[in-house]
Amino acid sequence: MSLSSFIDVLHSWPSLLNGLGMTVLLTLISCLLGVILGTLCAWASLKGPKPLRWFIRAYVEFFRNTPFLGQIFFIFFGLPALGLRMDPFTAALVALTINLTAYACEIIRAGIEATPAGQFEAASSLGLKPAQAFFLIIIPPAFQRVWPAMTSQLVIMLLASALCSQISVAELSYEANMIASRTFRNFEAYIVVTIMYLALAVLFRELLTWVGRRFVFGEFATAGQR
Amino acid sequence: MSEFSTWDVFRNLLAAVPWTIYLSLIAFAGGAVVSLILLSLRLAFPRVAGRPVHLYVQVFQGTPLLMQLFLVYFGLALMGIQTTPLLAASLCLSVYSSAYLTETWYGCVLAVPKGQWEASSSLGLPHWQQMLLIILPQALRLSVPPTVGLMVQIVKNTSLASIVGFVELTRASQIIANATFEPFLAYGAVAFIYFVICFSISLCGRHLEKRIRI
Repeated sequence: MSLSSFIDVLHSWPSLLNGLGMTVLLTLISCLLGVILGTLCAWASLKGPKPLRWFIRAYVEFFRNTPFLGQIFFIFFGLPALGLRMDPFTAALVALTINLTAYACEIIRAGIEATPAGQFEAASSLGLKPAQAFFLIIIPPAFQRVWPAMTSQLVIMLLASALCSQISVAELSYEANMIASRTFRNFEAYIVVTIMYLALAVLFRELLTWVGRRFVFGEFATAGQR
Repeated sequence: MSEFSTWDVFRNLLAAVPWTIYLSLIAFAGGAVVSLILLSLRLAFPRVAGRPVHLYVQVFQGTPLLMQLFLVYFGLALMGIQTTPLLAASLCLSVYSSAYLTETWYGCVLAVPKGQWEASSSLGLPHWQQMLLIILPQALRLSVPPTVGLMVQIVKNTSLASIVGFVELTRASQIIANATFEPFLAYGAVAFIYFVICFSISLCGRHLEKRIRI
């Protein structure tokens, strides 16, 4: 391993950049969808009809207790047997979103359950409909309570997206494999890409902290706390 | 070409279960040893060891396990050590788990209320006795639920060993899917087996949690 072998790897910067873009795209879309669906699932698992609650419980337990790699393989290779064929990118997006929804649902549910029941009663005594009370009164402080846990989970999702290379989605770790087999600089290629992931994770954490301060712990949210 | 029954698929998958369990045990034991060392360093010398341990945790929590696995696999080869998938996977999973265990257990120590420190120092206990007799037993209780959660994560993460060619459950399911042309059955069955393993651990954890509630 020498400096020149790193230069061999860095020569492939266009593919590194492409991979980076794909990783960012996968992460952002799945995080957005996962948090939205997770919130809806959390609501349904607390306020929905009984069968729906059981279904969501089972869904959450199943996806939290099976490996993500297995989930990707099942969705990409297993589902076509049922006639549900997806291209790698869609399959990866579906797998990431389904997985994150399960975790997000559990995290948000914990936040809601920690909300005093009086909040809900107060909201309904003001004449708010249950859905209004939920999304306007209950959700903002619940999100605030669980934002650190949510941040960690979203960063884990960013790193888990590396597994999408296994169904040949051309994201960062896929490009690492490609560069490794093109230049025979396996170790160097993986070092470079690992550092890129680390930088990405740090940036993403910062971004989420900023989003938290700006939108979750904003003036509106803190005003309610006083 | 011979036909494969559902039972054939299941039987062959079940044969791979012990390897997933061995790998999980190695990863947990290795991770626990490394993180206990790091944790005691961090608690004994907060000034000197605090930052390096924090950095270690950040690096291993901030990079994908897949990349770590490749780095260990090819790094060992670069150092002239003959790599086997089992060696690379055990080493990598141990280090990876140690980062999460260190951070979690450190959080448990911090979560012991401050009054406990003050009370024990007002009793005149020296620092190491406060730690050993007052703080750690309480931290141990607090650590049960997150540790069980991490054990489930470790079992799930052993699936990545399949990528460097170690034949555990996930690799077995790939082989079987390719041999039988029944990917739906093979991947579905393997998900079910993982679920049974992980969910039992989660249930044991919940049971334990109820029993030791403070």
